[in-house]
Order: sequence, then structure tokens, then C-alpha cells
Amino acid sequence: MEKYIFFGLSGLAIFSAIMVLVSNKPIHNLLYLILCFMAIAGHYLLLNAQFLAVVHIIVYAGAIMVLFLFTLMMLNLNLKLELNKSLMARIVAFVSGLLLLVTLVIILNGLVIPTPKTATTQIGMTRDLGQVLFSEYMVPFEAASILFLSAMVGAVMMVNKNK
Amino acid sequence: MNEVIQGLKLMPIDYYIAFCSILFVIGVIGVLIKRNALVIFMSVELMLNSINLLIAAFSVYWNSASGQILVIFVMVVAAAEVAVGLSILVVTYQNTQSIDMNLLKRLKE
Repeated sequence: MEKYIFFGLSGLAIFSAIMVLVSNKPIHNLLYLILCFMAIAGHYLLLNAQFLAVVHIIVYAGAIMVLFLFTLMMLNLNLKLELNKSLMARIVAFVSGLLLLVTLVIILNGLVIPTPKTATTQIGMTRDLGQVLFSEYMVPFEAASILFLSAMVGAVMMVNKNK
Repeated sequence: MNEVIQGLKLMPIDYYIAFCSILFVIGVIGVLIKRNALVIFMSVELMLNSINLLIAAFSVYWNSASGQILVIFVMVVAAAEVAVGLSILVVTYQNTQSIDMNLLKRLKE
């Protein structure tokens, strides 16, 4: 049962990730990317990381994709552009990507991690994550808020620069 | 919800490693072959997401919550990066009427 869900979600994610590269209209790229993110949220649920699944949908499909969509609508990109590189560059990129894949899989397969029998672990629940986040990782949490503030100020400054 | 999820068995970690590596490499190839800056940002998001999923899988297998906290922080950084990057993109478009990466090679001129 889990196997079918896993392979179904993985196939959907990889298919839509490839379609992000293949399709040439930016709006189609964006919609396929959202599909890919939904499949990844399903993977989080399969890992019993429920808080991460919900946060992933809210942050990516909710916030970041809407940001992309607004940018896309502001840019008015219906001009005819060949937005791929030359054939030679594409072949080289593809080959180097495959080499990277082989390297990653070989390196990471050297890890020996025993597989737990069932996903009975409760660490993905909101309560347990919150306890860890607000006790052990309090200082990085506050630093993240400063990072957000600086990103917000930077974005507003840059867009308003020429006024 | 707990009872429904508890029946699930975890897949071997090798499957997650293979799946996340494939997704990451698709992102890398996208950054390398595309000239549209918006699609390059999307590929970067794809890479960040594959890494997030792998970190979450490792944290579940090691039964440690720190990995999932790290995923949350990666999401925070990704959101900040997208906000600043897209604003750079908008400014670039206002100046050059294009988001072609090949035009951005001549930024210093």
C-alpha cells in the first residue's frame, strides 16, 4: 500500500518537475511546479511529518507561488523569445547533471541507516515540534525573524529605488 | 489522524535518496539550460524542496526532531530569497525590458 502511494507520488513529482523544464510558457511552468510541490507535500504526510506537510503547502503553494504569479503578471512576458540556450550548452548541462546524479546516489548510498518498522514516531506532530523549536532553537528562531525583516526592507527599497 | 498514519510502514531510505537526487538534478539542469530568469528561480525552488524532503526523511529515520526544525529554517530562508530575488527581477525588467539571463551577463557595462 505505502509502496504504491510512494511510487505514485514520486512519479507525479518527477513528471511535473520535468515538465517545468520542457514547457515554454512561464505560466505552465508555474502550474507544474505547484503540482510538484503538492506531490512533495504528500511525501511529507507519508513520512508522518504532518506539520511540515501543512506548512509546505501554506508557504510554497500559498505564498511563494502567489509571489511568482504576481511577478509573472507584472512582467508581461508574452513576447516571442527563444528562452533556451544553444543545443550544445543543453547537451553539456544534461551530461553534467547525469554525472552529478550518479555521484550523489553513490555517495549517499554509503550511509547505513536502519529502517524503522512503522512510522509510529511522533516527532512530526505540531506539539512536539513546537516544544523543540521554542526551547532548543529559540535564538535561531529570533534570527529568522530579523532575516525576514531585512528581506522585506530590501525588497521594498529595491523596487522603490527609482522614485 | 494518528491511528490512520500509524499503520503506514516507512519505505527504505534508499528510495528517498534516489528520488530526492533525481529531483535535485532536474533542478540543476533547469538552472543550466534556461535563459528565463523566472524559470531559473523555479528550478532553485525545486532544488531546495528536494533537499528539504531528504532532510525530513533522515530526521524521521533517526527519530530526531532537529531535522524537521532545520527544514522549517530552510523554508524561511527560501521565502526571503524569493522575495529579494523577484524584486531584483522586477527592477531588471524595468531597466532592460527583458529577463533574459544572457543580457544580464553585461551588467557591469
